Amino acid sequence: MTTIVVGWTPDEFGEAALARGLEEAKLRAGRVVVVNATRGDALVDQRYADDEQIAALATELGGAGVEVDVRRSMGADVGDQVLAVAADVSADLVVIGLRRRTPVGKLLMGSVAQRVLLGAECAVLAVKPAG
Amino acid sequence: MDSLNLLMDGFGSILTPQNLLFAAIGVLLGTFVGVLPGIGPAMAVALLLPVTYGLDPIPAFIMFAGIYYGGMYGGSTTAILLNTPGESASVMTALEGNLMAKVGRASQALATAAIGSFIAGTIGTMLVVFFAPALASVAVELGAPSYFALMVLAMVSVTSVLGGSPLRGFIALFLGLTIGLVGLDLNTGQTRLSFDQPLLAGRIDIVVVAVAIFALGEAFWVAAHLRRSPVRVIPVGQPWLSGTDLKRSWGPWLRGTAFGFPFGALPAGGAEIPTFLSYVTEKKLAVRRGNDEFGRGAIEGVAGPEAANNASAAGTFVPLLALGLPVTATSAVMLAALQGYGIEPGPSLMTDQPDLVWALLASLLLGNLLLLVLNLPLAPVWAKLLRIPRPQLYAGILFFATLGAYATNLQAFDLFLLLVLGLLGLMMRRFAIPVLPLILGVILGPLMELKLREAMAISGGEVSALWSEPLAVVIYVIVALAIIAPLVLRTVRPAPAAVAVDEGIAVDRSDEEEKVR
Repeated sequence: MTTIVVGWTPDEFGEAALARGLEEAKLRAGRVVVVNATRGDALVDQRYADDEQIAALATELGGAGVEVDVRRSMGADVGDQVLAVAADVSADLVVIGLRRRTPVGKLLMGSVAQRVLLGAECAVLAVKPAG
Repeated sequence: MDSLNLLMDGFGSILTPQNLLFAAIGVLLGTFVGVLPGIGPAMAVALLLPVTYGLDPIPAFIMFAGIYYGGMYGGSTTAILLNTPGESASVMTALEGNLMAKVGRASQALATAAIGSFIAGTIGTMLVVFFAPALASVAVELGAPSYFALMVLAMVSVTSVLGGSPLRGFIALFLGLTIGLVGLDLNTGQTRLSFDQPLLAGRIDIVVVAVAIFALGEAFWVAAHLRRSPVRVIPVGQPWLSGTDLKRSWGPWLRGTAFGFPFGALPAGGAEIPTFLSYVTEKKLAVRRGNDEFGRGAIEGVAGPEAANNASAAGTFVPLLALGLPVTATSAVMLAALQGYGIEPGPSLMTDQPDLVWALLASLLLGNLLLLVLNLPLAPVWAKLLRIPRPQLYAGILFFATLGAYATNLQAFDLFLLLVLGLLGLMMRRFAIPVLPLILGVILGPLMELKLREAMAISGGEVSALWSEPLAVVIYVIVALAIIAPLVLRTVRPAPAAVAVDEGIAVDRSDEEEKVR
């Protein structure tokens, strides 16, 4: 069965990636593994979902008609964690949301998307939110 | 009304553009460190101690006063939005405050905390203006034995009454007293605990101790617990209060102030007891009125304890200015700053350094006003600070800590001491040993020894001289009570914290490091 890993965050980028991941899964009759990762080195991380948001995600995915697995992880690099899950489930496709970043911004902040693109063993689909 | 005139002079001396700038820096920095759990005003002032070498006392103390009050405001923001009471004093605020935030009333909770802090801080500071000179004029008459007894009282009350475990408190106190002993004995010229190290013969600089315990210890602790599940911060808009909220807050603000100030002003200070008393009182009054919202986010439960917290913080300036006795970590470090300027803290401070004292009191009032003006509109910005990654934050802290410790004496050996004491700070956090008694021991220990020697010299070595003054006897009785009373109370009824937990409110402090004021 085709396995699709979605790098998800509770914001528009995560939603775009998840919507596309579910579409692909339906098309190929595959399953989706949703990853929500954090570096866990700040008191507050808006991109890390709390229990309520995970519960909301689960109910949302319940009606999607696709086999879905949600994983949360914490480690030094968010990109590496997505890659680790992809390797773990031997993913056929990784879907990530892409945010607009200037070259200087990327230099300063790094880019999770770039790490996933360069490090993935499988195909990577990068999507942008509509609008 | 003499005090008021002097206070006006104080305002006159601080209302210059430069001093206003320092006041603004102080309150912003104070709120910054207060918002971030684990970093407190005590650490901020300790890190800024080396700055004082290049700064006049008045601007330096204006800044410190701003940090002290700012830390208090910042702490309540975190308590309300994250349910992470950064310090024991805001545990009570967190209870109802976080419940209010969860039902969408975060703005009102922040507003009542900020305005309540302002009112309590202002009333408290005005009370200091009237009480401190009176107390100082009495205290000048105190002999060495009474003064020694007062210091014992301050240490014992901080060690035994505050904090959970008296044993841990006393361990910290004696560690501090030992560190304070290192170096040359000024009376006999002998070196003590120096291990024949010429570099240890001079005393260990208080800047090194304070920076190591507060900054390095905390940084090591955070490094050991770097990754933790992030928590969700409750989104907050512009803080505001409706007419009804205002009406419900007035009483708790004033009652909280009445609870807080006396506890702060006594050398047996601390904000835990008054905030708890205020919380319980407001709860009882709410039940009697028949609209008990406690447990569902009652605004009274935020207004009262927050006012008590700030009034007690203001109250601690009475013993600090009138007696030279600090009861909070921040005021202990401020006392060290005074000593750094060669100013002797004690009852004569108010007459020897009237400019400084009144400028400090005026700047407390000014800082309070600045905080209200800044914090009401800036609350959403402060909440964003919680997203700063710990590695970047603590890298900055370590940089300033090392710089500060080296700059005091330009001695590489101090960096070694900094590291050793920093590891001690890590161990203290690991074994939940409170930091305040240690700092108090380091700072008050040498002063206490001075008074002890003085009393002994007068009496010719007769130990009974220590209880030769009636006041000293009274104080020792209070000390005995302060040690025995908590032990008795603990067997009779459970401790306040245990009661709070019994009421179904989990206060998770197990892995949240204690932030000391």
